[in-house]
Amino acid sequence: MALLVLLLMGLMLTGGAYALFTTSSTAKAEEYSASDIDGGKKLFVSNCATCHGAGAQGTPNGPSLIGVGASAVDFQVGTGRMPLQASGPQAPVKKAQFSDDQIKQLSAYVASLGPGPSIPDSEYLDASKGDAAAGGGLFRTNCAMCHNVVGAGGALTRGKYAPNLQQVSEKHLYEAMQTGPQNMPIFNDANLTPEQKRDVISYVRTVSETPSPGGFKLGALGPVAEGLFVWFFGLAAVIGITVWLTARSK
Amino acid sequence: MSTDLNAPPALAATSKWIEERTGASAAVKEFGRKIFPAHWSFMLGEVALYSFIVLVLSGTFLTLWFHPAMGETHYEGPWTPLKGVEVSEAYASTLYISFEVRGGLFLRQIHHWAALLFMAALSIHALRIFFTGAYRKPREVNWIVGVGLVAMGMAAGFTGYSLPDDLLSGNGLRIIDGLLKSIPLIGTYLSFFLFGGEFPGTDIVSRLYSVHIMIVPALLIALIGVHLMFVVIHKHTQWPGAGHTEKNVVGEPVLPTFAAKGGGFFFMIFGLLSAMAGLFTINPIWNYGPYDPSPVSAGTQPDWYIGWMDGFLRLLPGWMEFYVFGYPISLNIFPALLAAAVLFGGMVVWPFIEAWISGDRREHHILDRPRNAPTRTALGVAVIIWYCAMWAAASGDLIAVFFHMSLNDMIYVFRTLFFVGPVIGYIVTKRICIGLQRKDREIALHGFESGEIIRLPHGEYQERHKPLDEHERWRLTAFQTPSYVPAQPDARGKVSGAEKARAALSKFFYEDRVEPVTKAELDEAHAAHAVEGHGSTGELEH
Repeated sequence: MALLVLLLMGLMLTGGAYALFTTSSTAKAEEYSASDIDGGKKLFVSNCATCHGAGAQGTPNGPSLIGVGASAVDFQVGTGRMPLQASGPQAPVKKAQFSDDQIKQLSAYVASLGPGPSIPDSEYLDASKGDAAAGGGLFRTNCAMCHNVVGAGGALTRGKYAPNLQQVSEKHLYEAMQTGPQNMPIFNDANLTPEQKRDVISYVRTVSETPSPGGFKLGALGPVAEGLFVWFFGLAAVIGITVWLTARSK
Repeated sequence: MSTDLNAPPALAATSKWIEERTGASAAVKEFGRKIFPAHWSFMLGEVALYSFIVLVLSGTFLTLWFHPAMGETHYEGPWTPLKGVEVSEAYASTLYISFEVRGGLFLRQIHHWAALLFMAALSIHALRIFFTGAYRKPREVNWIVGVGLVAMGMAAGFTGYSLPDDLLSGNGLRIIDGLLKSIPLIGTYLSFFLFGGEFPGTDIVSRLYSVHIMIVPALLIALIGVHLMFVVIHKHTQWPGAGHTEKNVVGEPVLPTFAAKGGGFFFMIFGLLSAMAGLFTINPIWNYGPYDPSPVSAGTQPDWYIGWMDGFLRLLPGWMEFYVFGYPISLNIFPALLAAAVLFGGMVVWPFIEAWISGDRREHHILDRPRNAPTRTALGVAVIIWYCAMWAAASGDLIAVFFHMSLNDMIYVFRTLFFVGPVIGYIVTKRICIGLQRKDREIALHGFESGEIIRLPHGEYQERHKPLDEHERWRLTAFQTPSYVPAQPDARGKVSGAEKARAALSKFFYEDRVEPVTKAELDEAHAAHAVEGHGSTGELEH
């Protein structure tokens, strides 16, 4: 048992140190006050502990949150995914259940439990500073297979899905890449640098906000939407015309 | 054409000049007097023809700027999300057409929408021909020409879809590559032959371009020419009705009525396609990015008319691959080619199979109402359901997301529909057809139920039945249907195996046939009504 504890501690130390030295956005001296952490703890015990355990160490119903960092909390609670509404394949986005201050307190508490990714600097969230074209290349290689080329979303296995990204805020896009929520892989800073993450954000913003040059987008879902449209609008209109043209002669 | 004495002298002189040099009057006389019966369902083939004309016009425009080459270049146009990205010349020129050529995006979109409408119109035109039995003698060959048109339309669509060298179409080509490679023995060679080496290579776009703008359109135009020539030779079919016989065609002549309507119809279709192209985005290749074999986007689907084959691939279980002497035989993919062969082969042989089963060798110019051929109609519905199960399976991922279902469950649902759907569709359709036939029979013999109850002098209550008018009764009674023909011995007095098979199929097709109303039955019914009705305005049950 002592060996196991030692091993765990060693792993956590080396892992934590590695994260400290390699990840620029991780665990800078947190700007959270002790009262934030205290307030967060109270919120945590009354809202999260049922599944995540009283000390956030995890239970069979929910994972440990030690070391997930403030970023993960800010994403999960800020997008309304947590607290979880019901068990299911995946936590859906809903209205955020806590105020910004409460989310900050919760983040502070979880960040205090162990080093993890912190909330990204605003410098990396400014889409106008990113390179959308470079981001597009990264997006097609890393994101499009689940989220679709313009972030319209897509299906995963057994009821899970990659959500539509077009309305997601810059901060939440960054945090999602950084922490890998739900079924998403983690893109750490060695994988995609903060500048590259900003390029990806810039790409998502550009394709979501640029008006479609070709007219109505039909959901940006590609040939399925186009096929449905040609049958249910195009062909329906054609049949309407044929009926009209032959109505007189009867 | 006899010169109209009242025509202006200039017109008369011009027509005389033309006639003396070309002898065109014979053709004008032949075509001008061709009769087209008026019914909305007879105009669906025209929609395909007009879409094709729009395709040729817009496609010609697109060739003026498109570069069918895969040389690498960097995009420097106005679309920021691609600025500086390495792309092929084909992709760059498609972006150029979309954003820098005046009207280019509109022409690209009208070309693509017209392609989708062309295939949709071909499909429902073919369904109309099938369900009315218009492919029967003497039109079997024209039906086969039509099947060829559908196949060529799919080829034209697929080759065109792949030209811009964007990510979406590249994924489609990757599937074609996989399909080719799955063919046992020769697959790899075929793939290398098509792509000029390992996929994707640098040749495929220029090769597809030749096929797309020359070979396939030439075949389409030739087939359309033959198709229309046959329509003139065979005369148009018509619905059953008073005065419609197997030897006449009741309708409007081409000149002037039908030609005027047809011309107007062309512009309506052109207008509709223009509205679609102007208002609705199609194939936004600037979103998809340049093709690169590594990324695949979620929601990658082919255009709708290829979708059923893609869906079939998605439904195939993944365990049908085995090795023969160390060589993989992948039945995970190959059967999609077989499904296409079954569908197209089935369509080609169907008219001959039906004629063989029914033994009906007569010419048919009067169409069947679908209910009067219950087995054919039911088989048609079964095939539609089979097709639609595959078709929907191609969009299983999108359906799963939109309806919050599991993608895995969707596959099981569509696999079930693939096998069970056609059977249920067959049974239900056949029962509905037979029910409708019985209802027709009832109405033809006894008239409509009026809902008026009357009391007869001796106290009996009866419902008054309203008689049909003569035209309506004609429509319900003037048809013939094949009946079950048991196996017949041949000249040597033997019943061959083929004949036994034919008899079994004949039984399957026609054993629960509803007899058309005969004249004797009609007279008898009328006589009965006349006696009991005592000259009242309606007719009574007997």
